[in-house]
Amino acid sequence: MRYSGLRVLAEGLRGNKGWGPAWRDPEPKASYDIVIIGGGGHGLSTAYYLAKQHGLTNIAVLEKGYLGGGNVGRNTTIVRANYGLPGNSEFYSHSLKLWEGLEQDLNYNVMHSQRGIINLFHSDGARDAAARRGNAMINQGDDAILLDRNGVRDLLPYLDFDNIRFPIYGGLYHPRGGTARHDAVAWGYARGADSRGVDLIQNCEVTGIDIENGQVTGVQTSRGPIRAKKVAMVVAGRSGQVAALAGMRLPIESHVLQAFVTEGLKPVLDNVITFGAGHFYISQSDKGGLVFGGDLDLYASYAARGNLPTAEHVVEAAITLMPMVGKARMLRSWGGIMDMSPDGSPIIDKTHIDGLYLNCGWCYGGFKAVPGSGFAYAHLIAQDRPHESAARYRLDRFRTGAGLMDEEATGSQHNLH
Amino acid sequence: MRLDCPHCGKRDRREFTYRGDALALLRPDPGAEAAAWDDYLHNRDNPAGLTRELWYHDPCGTWAVVERDTLTHHVAGSQAAAEADR
Repeated sequence: MRYSGLRVLAEGLRGNKGWGPAWRDPEPKASYDIVIIGGGGHGLSTAYYLAKQHGLTNIAVLEKGYLGGGNVGRNTTIVRANYGLPGNSEFYSHSLKLWEGLEQDLNYNVMHSQRGIINLFHSDGARDAAARRGNAMINQGDDAILLDRNGVRDLLPYLDFDNIRFPIYGGLYHPRGGTARHDAVAWGYARGADSRGVDLIQNCEVTGIDIENGQVTGVQTSRGPIRAKKVAMVVAGRSGQVAALAGMRLPIESHVLQAFVTEGLKPVLDNVITFGAGHFYISQSDKGGLVFGGDLDLYASYAARGNLPTAEHVVEAAITLMPMVGKARMLRSWGGIMDMSPDGSPIIDKTHIDGLYLNCGWCYGGFKAVPGSGFAYAHLIAQDRPHESAARYRLDRFRTGAGLMDEEATGSQHNLH
Repeated sequence: MRLDCPHCGKRDRREFTYRGDALALLRPDPGAEAAAWDDYLHNRDNPAGLTRELWYHDPCGTWAVVERDTLTHHVAGSQAAAEADR
């Protein structure tokens, strides 16, 4: 069923009786060419691009819960391409280009809104770093504008420009950055993959990965065994457990990242803003809630909830930057499980087991990567060689030390990002 | 979340700094194979459940090995790192 404005109008006149389910709910078959473990944003986009770009449709996506019920359904929805290092630059640049055509491609409204991102800076050193990052973005073919203090004031007059401890020197403006409706992205990819023949199988937990003579042959699941020529893991925070089924230990630690939403307000905040003197970022959702977050809780966790000290830190930063936030009432908070890699950059690679593929390490930035990650992972699975946009996302970079991508320049070990 | 300092008892999480998996205490020999160093520095069991990790208690300067459940944040016990099982 194709969605359109005319269709919405026609259905409205007919009592909305003509809408069908957006995807099937099939029983798992005994075998597939490709099994994707994980029905989140990245898994669903991988299935979609395998079908669309490579014509492969004998595919199952296995999801232990419901589609899009993990991090793609609970994040701060920011979409951007403002990275500074080779590897990340070309990858996120490619991903943003996919975002820009996504709604037409999927025939699905993901509410992608290029409202612009402003990364503030508060010292001369941070200005230099922002200028360097902006140049890296421009060299990559993306957009960046270095704003001085008055430039920021014109855009964001409600910030606290009188703060003496953290004076606002300016900001790096990325106009093509913005937000999208997070779960609609999962739903759009699910519908697109399903309509091309991919089986999306929910409530199906993978309990084993079958390997014979160094070659993957299928998976064991809570709904029975499924044979497969290729198996692709893409399970974010649960990467450690799923990889362990194949006898692998990964360079991943799972940490909790909190996010917060206020009550719905009238439009007050047009862009996405990040504070440069503490870890804090904020935007306003289309429903009106202020959506914001900060640093990790900074300890290993699968609890999907955080602790008060981090919440306090985030709120302190919020009120330091824009005192008006103090008037809003916080509605809810939640914690996502982040697959943290040592250098803060992801992994899209083959494993030492033939036919077994790995996609993980998205840290706290996986949402904007959903299109690019699925596109590159599909390419890797279909052709057994990396897509050019993700060729540097190698698993062995930690062992060899070559090609590490440490955007924050804090080091390439756990607990530094 | 409250954690146990072996010297000071139960204290607020704010008093502690997380120093990662207690695997850090199992440093390979200087001449060990690259794979051993890779395992030590990067690869993790990353358990959903009981884990042993290093926490530094800032006020008293103690390194503690804390046994903690990553699913519930329940703390099962702690030892001074100097006395902990290796």
